[in-house]
Amino acid sequence: MMMLGPIGFATPLILLALAVLPLLWWLLRALPPVPKRVRFPGTVLLKGLVDANPVARRTPWWLLLLRIAAVAAAILAFAGPVWRPAPAPEPGDALVIVMDAGATAGPGWRAAQTRALRAADTALGDGAPVALLLADGRSEGALPFLADDAIAAALRAASPQAWPGAYPDAPDTILANAPEGGLRTLWLSDGLDHPGRSAWLSALLARGPVDVVPPVSPAYSLRMVRDGTQPELELQSTAPEARAVLALGPDPQGIPRELARLEPSEGRSAFGVTSWPVPVDLPPELLGRVTRFQIDGIESASAVVLGDDRLRRPVVALIGQGQATSERQALLSPAHFLRSALERSARVIEAGLNDAIAAKPDVIVLMDRSGLDADGALTDWVAEGGLLIRFAGPRMAADPGLAEEPLLPVRLRPGGRDMGGVLSWGEPRPVAPFAADGPFAGLAIPPDVTIRAQLMAEPSPDLPSRSIAVLSDGTPLVTRADSGDGQVVLFHSTANADWSSLPISGLFVQMLERLVAGAGRATAEPQGQPQGGSWTATDVLSGFGRLIEAPDAVPVAAEVLADGAAPDLPAGIYASGERVMALNAGAPLALAGWAGATVESARPSGIPLAGWLLIAAAAVLIADLAGSAALRGGRRSGRVTASLLVVASMLVLLPTAPRAQVPFGDNGPADQPVPELLAPFEVPQDDPTGADDAQADPDGGAAAEEPRAEVDPDLARAASEFAMGYVLTGNAELDELSRAGLTGLSLTLYSRTTVEPTPPVAIDLETADLTLMTFLYWPIGPDQPIPSADAYLRLNRFLRGGGMILFDTRDADLAGSAADASDDLRRLAGPLDMPPLQEVPQDHVLTRSFYLLEEMPGRFADGDVWVAATSTEAGTVNDGVSPVVIGGNSWAEAWAIDDRGLPLFAVGAGMDGERQREMAHRFGVNLIMYVLTGNYKSDQIHVPALLERLRQEGQP
Amino acid sequence: MTPEDASLAGLRARAEAAAAALPPLVLARGPVAATFAPGGHGLRRPGIGEDFWQYRQAHEGDTAAAIDWRRSARGDMRFVRDRERQTARTAAIWLGRGAGMAYAGQAGTGETKMGRAKLLSLSLALLLIRAGERVTLLGEPAGTGAAQATKLTAGISMIAPLDHDDDAPLRAAARGAQVAVLIDDFLNDDPRLDEFLQTMSGVGSTGVMLQILHPDEEDFPFEGAVRFQTLGGQRHDTRDAGGLRAAYRARLDERRDALAAAASNAGFLFGTHDLGQPASEALAWLHGVLSAR
Repeated sequence: MMMLGPIGFATPLILLALAVLPLLWWLLRALPPVPKRVRFPGTVLLKGLVDANPVARRTPWWLLLLRIAAVAAAILAFAGPVWRPAPAPEPGDALVIVMDAGATAGPGWRAAQTRALRAADTALGDGAPVALLLADGRSEGALPFLADDAIAAALRAASPQAWPGAYPDAPDTILANAPEGGLRTLWLSDGLDHPGRSAWLSALLARGPVDVVPPVSPAYSLRMVRDGTQPELELQSTAPEARAVLALGPDPQGIPRELARLEPSEGRSAFGVTSWPVPVDLPPELLGRVTRFQIDGIESASAVVLGDDRLRRPVVALIGQGQATSERQALLSPAHFLRSALERSARVIEAGLNDAIAAKPDVIVLMDRSGLDADGALTDWVAEGGLLIRFAGPRMAADPGLAEEPLLPVRLRPGGRDMGGVLSWGEPRPVAPFAADGPFAGLAIPPDVTIRAQLMAEPSPDLPSRSIAVLSDGTPLVTRADSGDGQVVLFHSTANADWSSLPISGLFVQMLERLVAGAGRATAEPQGQPQGGSWTATDVLSGFGRLIEAPDAVPVAAEVLADGAAPDLPAGIYASGERVMALNAGAPLALAGWAGATVESARPSGIPLAGWLLIAAAAVLIADLAGSAALRGGRRSGRVTASLLVVASMLVLLPTAPRAQVPFGDNGPADQPVPELLAPFEVPQDDPTGADDAQADPDGGAAAEEPRAEVDPDLARAASEFAMGYVLTGNAELDELSRAGLTGLSLTLYSRTTVEPTPPVAIDLETADLTLMTFLYWPIGPDQPIPSADAYLRLNRFLRGGGMILFDTRDADLAGSAADASDDLRRLAGPLDMPPLQEVPQDHVLTRSFYLLEEMPGRFADGDVWVAATSTEAGTVNDGVSPVVIGGNSWAEAWAIDDRGLPLFAVGAGMDGERQREMAHRFGVNLIMYVLTGNYKSDQIHVPALLERLRQEGQP
Repeated sequence: MTPEDASLAGLRARAEAAAAALPPLVLARGPVAATFAPGGHGLRRPGIGEDFWQYRQAHEGDTAAAIDWRRSARGDMRFVRDRERQTARTAAIWLGRGAGMAYAGQAGTGETKMGRAKLLSLSLALLLIRAGERVTLLGEPAGTGAAQATKLTAGISMIAPLDHDDDAPLRAAARGAQVAVLIDDFLNDDPRLDEFLQTMSGVGSTGVMLQILHPDEEDFPFEGAVRFQTLGGQRHDTRDAGGLRAAYRARLDERRDALAAAASNAGFLFGTHDLGQPASEALAWLHGVLSAR
């Protein structure tokens, strides 16, 4: 590389070409400019005339200068100029490349790898042996100094590890193979201090110069400083800018998604490292699903905190007194109230007592149950730290042995107490305000919460201290006592509304959440430390923070695991039996100092100038074009100049210009020109400032204005006048096809039936309000992305609420003869609430709701059509109307018409094909009739029989 | 030529305006053809006409109404009053359609030679029709009256320049007893023009040639390196257009002389018209030469 001031040239020989510029000057001057072109009828009279004194016209100097400048810029560009290139490494006898390869090395790894490869290539080219030290804490004896390609191969194969980096001990031993003489060091640092670094720095400085390359991007680290229901993370970085932390986990459908985005709060800096606390303020049910936290945009093992048992929701076992047998009891049972109250904050399991203890829940809830065994498994479970919550009830009150009942916080008097009954004098009692230091401190008590009956406690000295909630007369409502490591809590009332109105108030939910939230931690291992057993990695993090299956997991002892991630013990998920533990690589950061070494500037070395020079050459050439055109003069050439300029500037801008979008129709049918044939479909536009608003009452007027602005006018039309919808698939061609198909079917319906649909509505599943729709056509395309979980929730609600989706795989059942044979269909329709399916039976309403149909062809004739199976059990949704119809006959193509009302696609051949198209339309009519009338038509089937019977009864 | 002028009505209106300034044009040149069409030229024989020609004795076949009773009362003979037979003269107009006729100057915005030629020819035709003469475009059936005026308006306005330079009247269209009016720039030396002129003089017809030139073609205002082109593909490169001006003018004069000679040989009259001058000038010249006895 040749240096000219701050500019270096990669191939300076090309600069010799600058010598031809004077030649070019002479050549260009000799060439005359292009003459002006003139259209002139008198040319014929000029024939044969010779210029009397020819004037030698020459190219003007500024045009020459432009051309010379363009050529010079091109020559300079091809010589590969670089502004302030990276200084060439000085030749030394041997080179040691030290790469930080710990968990924090991920972000800058690629750049460091490239830099190391370049340095190794240069050194090998100079004949110097090269050694590679990966500072991932594993030492493999003395480093080999090699002078062949093995170094490059090792560099390419190297990757950062998912544990904190460290340098091996005893630098002298490891550098034993270093050749005599100078030893240069290239230290590709991640900017952080790791164990053993100062020893290595001094050892290497003693042998020769040390060049330190700081990382191209700052190091980030994330670790959990507090777990529990309100965990807190700490984000650390060498950069002053904080980054958001993503909470990732499966959504309710089981699809991994970003569940929340956490913003760090105020940070503080110390010693070049900034720390931000990141409070994880998530609802319990969301927190329970988080599998990992990750710094947004940082690919590094230290930027990931894996979640484990510590994050999950507490498990609550509900133990009832038997199965509810009737529907009425199911909704009034204590279990139902508890389930509803707990499902937000805990994972509820319902089982028998023995099964529940075996499942190791955090909380066991007993409802109105007495006669427990004083030395049973439940007692042991409570003593080991379990939380037992008991609810009183009529059965307990009637138990004669209540006074000796174990596992109660207070001794109870048999019988109980009724207040406010028909034969009692007292009023139902409200709840007294909670004690400020109790578990329910601060909860607001609704005034309408009253207790009508309760179990009374035997007076005792410790009764007040054990009462955590009392009634207004001082009698206990909730009592609590420690039992071993665990606790026993008793609600002196029922968990349903029989004895009190507490369970139907929000206070009940809050009280249970307080109790359960405090309890779940009691059973977890203290500070998440593994206790005994051998743990096996199931998934481990790569150095770039991606979770991969553990390749060959070796069980490790719990004590080893307790020390955190270490060499050959990568961060990841470790399991021992049922217990799962996460090992994280994030550790506090410490900035490294480089006394005595040369630190390269962090900026990427050297700015290549070739591209800019070529652009300059192109620009000069464009100016030259404009100048030449202007020389020719005249009005016409002016226009030519302008067009040349436009074309040239487009050529220059082409690589950076965003890809032009191919316009293909419009998604919104309202934007389409309404074909003449569809003129009756035109919808009169509502005047938003019409008389309606003027008549609206003054209070509601403003409120009514707001939602109107948000409703999609198409959807509003679909709600007021029937319109079919089609699902936008993301494929413009397919969407246009759906639109044309439904337009054709709409026209058929309009002309043949009293159903008068308006133009079809395009439905974006992510945004559209499906409650307004009746019928959706969903063509299954190969590229359609899976809709979001919210969209599936809306779709399921749509299906339950009487809507219908016609799934069209459009493959003529090539994928197989089962309803879900198509992969795409399975992928897209999987998360829907699908009823059991069956092929359309011969006597299905669909075959006779308007026309009598034998088959249901579309563009293809032979595919099977599937509907929900007619089930015998009561309580089917939608009056037995199938919420889905699935087939592959590509109906939309058979229905599709163009703007003139002519069919878009050929169906079959000849008259048979037209017959098939007619049948397809009839199927469509039947389908819409089926959607709109439900089973009304199936009732009609029996009308003749009913009439016949009436006649017979009338005769005698 | 602006689109408005190109329109049929616009052309007709301008032509009427130009023609209104001159009296009706009675053709004085050329022979009078023996046609049945009534007109203003006496044939010196009895027939349909306005002027008295002779009294002749009535013979069988003359109706009683045909007898001039005033003259017959003076004797025993019965006389019929004959009138002189009068017919119209026929003028045939030809417009050159060479590509050069569409020239409207370097800016391309002025009036084209073709536009001026159309205006002149239609004005001339209207003047002739007003005098009862029969007018036509060369090679088409002649006629007179308001219907012919409408037909000619349409025909003339539809004339469009060709995409090549040469255009000349067809020899086959030459008829006897016609007055031909040829309007063109006559820049190209076309042998077909000479043939036409000779044929016309052979059949006893005569006519007028009017050369329309653009001021650019008269003055040659070009300078510097220029490549001259015509639509027909003729080309001339020069480095110093200004130096050619004198030579070009000499060539133009030469061409005019040759045209005038050819015209007088065939009994035609030759005139020139510059687009820079008003159209009435050319129209007056045409009126003069065609009505002069």
